[in-house]
Amino acid sequence: MKPLSETVAIVGIGESKVGKVPEKSTLQLQSDAAYAALDDAGLTMQDIDGLITTPIRTEPWNMPCGVVASFLGVQPAYLSTLDLAGASGCAMIHHAAMAVASGQCNTVLCVAGQNLLTNKTRASAVQTMAESGAAHAQFETPYGPLVASNYALIAQRHMYEYGTTAAQMAEVAVTIRGHALLNPNAHMTKPITVQEVLDSPMITSPLKRFDCALVSDGAAAAIVTRADRARDLKQKPVRLLGQGYGLSHSYVGEAPRLTHSGAVESGRKAFAMAGVTHADIDVAQLYDCFTITVIVELEDLGFCKKGEGGAFVQGGRIALGGELPVTTHGGLLSACHPGLGGGFFHVLEGVRQLRGQAQGRQVKDAKLALVHGNGGTIAIHSTLILAA
Amino acid sequence: MTALTPLPSPNPLTEPYWQAAHQRQLKLPRCEACTKFHFYPRSACPHCGCRNLSWHAVSGNGEVYSYTVVYRAPSKSFAPEVPYVVAVVALDEGPHLMTRLTQIAPDDVRIGLRVTVDFRRMDDETTLPLFRRAGWSL
Repeated sequence: MKPLSETVAIVGIGESKVGKVPEKSTLQLQSDAAYAALDDAGLTMQDIDGLITTPIRTEPWNMPCGVVASFLGVQPAYLSTLDLAGASGCAMIHHAAMAVASGQCNTVLCVAGQNLLTNKTRASAVQTMAESGAAHAQFETPYGPLVASNYALIAQRHMYEYGTTAAQMAEVAVTIRGHALLNPNAHMTKPITVQEVLDSPMITSPLKRFDCALVSDGAAAAIVTRADRARDLKQKPVRLLGQGYGLSHSYVGEAPRLTHSGAVESGRKAFAMAGVTHADIDVAQLYDCFTITVIVELEDLGFCKKGEGGAFVQGGRIALGGELPVTTHGGLLSACHPGLGGGFFHVLEGVRQLRGQAQGRQVKDAKLALVHGNGGTIAIHSTLILAA
Repeated sequence: MTALTPLPSPNPLTEPYWQAAHQRQLKLPRCEACTKFHFYPRSACPHCGCRNLSWHAVSGNGEVYSYTVVYRAPSKSFAPEVPYVVAVVALDEGPHLMTRLTQIAPDDVRIGLRVTVDFRRMDDETTLPLFRRAGWSL
């Protein structure tokens, strides 16, 4: 079988309005994203014969892929509801690529998102997430950790082992907020400073309010089709050069080391498959559920040595114009986080950068983008390397 | 941890842990082949793959591997308790577990602090293992 890089391509991307969108239901948000992706590609819903989506928390759907496909009028040769938690966005692209490459179907619509903020409020979304599996129901939930607490345990240990500071973590939040300000479809619209992050309310030490992701309404969609078909469509096709998965544990309490994640494996596999090196990567869309997540990913994906992630994020190195621009759309911290679909926006931004369509936040001559999704508590990882 | 705390619902895999805890004992699964302990419970030893496992008491001693002071509770049931200390304890026998630290001010908690198990009876069926500073008891 030929490599995925020669057989499939990402040909369409689209997103709904994001932030607080009370005028749209979950299905309307997903539908808006799906039609935007079709228009972007120059396709119609009749061209779609495969659909992948993720579970949601705002509606009691017993078969999300069936509900979404039926709503959109897709006649499927392939259907799947995928759940790798925060790694689902990257994984949807890989699964779509496999479905197309195997000949199972021709054109897959991947769509995810929900009206998490409108449907739940921030407080009840936080409770739902804390009680729905991030922590072990028997051995962890009774002790009262937030999802953020699980990441705080990582941050605390990282600070202890490597001297990482709260100011370095704040730098991640400030940089990514700066990127969101250049994204016209971002939830957050005001700049923040390192001091403001440090002064924001302590949620679960050492993580403060601005170290934590948003809760948003929003949906994202992308279309994967055969490479031979992609050539005739509207947009420059984006190829999947490399991919990898990694898994280090399921729960915090059973992780052998909280500072080392499955991103080591997912990154190693993706780079090996793509046949490229870190120096070749022009832009990295890293999953940013918390500021510490980005620091651990930079280390484990190999952009710096273990323990040097805190220093790496300083001095504008991960900002637009820096050595490695990271999460240039504004990420989960500042652009949009509607649950499992949150990491899909990172994929869309990778595609946008490679097409040269990122407007005010365009990385000059971007040829290779790494996109990374992280689920659970730095537990499950999916890395993509995309090429123009 | 109040009457509203979401309490564990033991199942056949985890029952021995919770039964022991209710008797104020910390018991973990141990591999009969390589004699190493592991946690959480599994069908096979994560160290050697052996499926001959049994439950044994551990010392209940260990050290704080990491911790966080929770200021914003995940739900109303935990709200009256903030700030509280959620920790991962590395037991002397090897495995880690998540727990709550008790009888210690949040500012006094440090990574590496020696701790020992304590127990809090929640109701007639459930007792939660907690940890307190070692050598610092009633």
